[in-house]
Amino acid sequence: MKFLCVGCDEPMGVRSVEGPDLGSVSVTFGCPVCGHQVSLLTNPAETQLVRSLGVKIGGGSPGGPLETVRTALGEQREGALDVKDEAGLVWTAAAEGRLQRLPPIARPMARMAIARYARERGLTTVTPELMDEYRSRGGF
Amino acid sequence: MPKRYRDIVGDGGSNILAQVEERQARLRTRMASVRKKVAVTSGKGGVGKSVLTANLAAILAAEGWRVGVLDADLNGPSIAQFLGVRGQRLRLSSDGVHPAEGSLGIRVMSMDLFLRDDRAPLTWEAPSPQGSFVWRESMEASALREFLTDTAWGELDLLLLDLPPGAPRLPALADLLPDLDGGLVVTIPSEVSRLVVARAVELARTHGVELFGLVENMAGYLCPTCGSTGDLFGGEGSAAEALGLQPLGRIPFDPRIASCADRGSPYAVEHPDTEASQALRELAGRLRARLSPEGGAR
Ligand SMILES: Nc1ncnc2c1ncn2[C@@H]1O[C@H](COP(=O)(O)OP(=O)(O)OP(=O)(O)O)[C@@H](O)[C@H]1O
Ligand SMILES: [Mg+2]
Ligand SMILES: [Zn+2]
Repeated sequence: MKFLCVGCDEPMGVRSVEGPDLGSVSVTFGCPVCGHQVSLLTNPAETQLVRSLGVKIGGGSPGGPLETVRTALGEQREGALDVKDEAGLVWTAAAEGRLQRLPPIARPMARMAIARYARERGLTTVTPELMDEYRSRGGF
Repeated sequence: MPKRYRDIVGDGGSNILAQVEERQARLRTRMASVRKKVAVTSGKGGVGKSVLTANLAAILAAEGWRVGVLDADLNGPSIAQFLGVRGQRLRLSSDGVHPAEGSLGIRVMSMDLFLRDDRAPLTWEAPSPQGSFVWRESMEASALREFLTDTAWGELDLLLLDLPPGAPRLPALADLLPDLDGGLVVTIPSEVSRLVVARAVELARTHGVELFGLVENMAGYLCPTCGSTGDLFGGEGSAAEALGLQPLGRIPFDPRIASCADRGSPYAVEHPDTEASQALRELAGRLRARLSPEGGAR
């Protein structure tokens, strides 16, 4: 898919990508000549089509090995693929998957905040339940 | 006239083509250290693909081959059970996800290792519930590609892929994995199986997938008490010849094949002296000769 600025007859380029949020991705394109911008807003089916291709609109950092399996599996076995962070804190695959669903820019902050919350409680494992608990206390 | 699609170089920054190419490149890199890739297939379900895959893996591993098995049956995974690795936890490193390790050092990757429990079916999270089934197939293809690409297989002499039943499975795999060496077709000596398998063979041929030959499983019943062999299904004549395939072997029915598989212990290793194990070794030998015509262990 390409976008053309009709006035300038110039191909537009991707300016920003946001989401997925509630199954929708917003991709903003801009014209390099006149600066005119348009946003492409995908519906959940379109978002999923792109996702199933194993690619991301606008590129961005690859989500790590087995991204689809880790983040999109409906009922996942706890502990099948736990990830230990630098500080030795274990993120269960489900928690890691939950984190991956946040917009990329929000992830590092969320990861740090939840890790701190877990350490303060003397916990060694981050689970989705802990993330819920953190959020219900006003986190994020 | 305004510019048309082909007048515009690049993809305007959506970067999708580049990502697809990058993904293919990662798969190629991973597969570069896997000498041979062979799919075990059949149009028909329940003919023994998985149990034959597990036994072939064990026989070749016992001969010193470095063998990996990818359970490409995401909805009905059975390889983890047959090779005794159920419940193993996988380790993640910068090289990818390390496969489970079975006896004889067989490296195994299976959806079974990720599903919550024995009853959990394979489901995918979808933004809308209707989407879940619509996108099932593409999510599965995506997961299979990830299993191939992101598993830290290491150096392998052979990667066996245990396919789910269904004629389109082998051509679909060949699309995903262009350097697949070929398929091993499994049937049982029943008329209905031959019919279903014939269609699958035809489909694979029209897609240009190499077929190494045909294995007839459950060919004859080996009586465990008297040791004599009888026919299980009847139906004579060479099935391989009828399909225009190389005959690779006839494996008799032996209840211990099933009971060993259920215990996660490959039958051919546990009962090396039976007629069925002899037949399995001959099958492995023919496959080996096909993959390494120059002879030698590898
Ligand atoms: N030669 C044999 N003798 C005895 N039992 C066998 C033999 N071959 C297969 N079986 C048993 O038959 C059942 C079906 O075998 P298996 O699961 O390997 O078939 P499959 O083709 O992989 O099935 P699916 O299409 O569901 O993947 C299993 O319980 C297996 O142990
Ligand atoms: Mg099977
Ligand atoms: Zn413009």
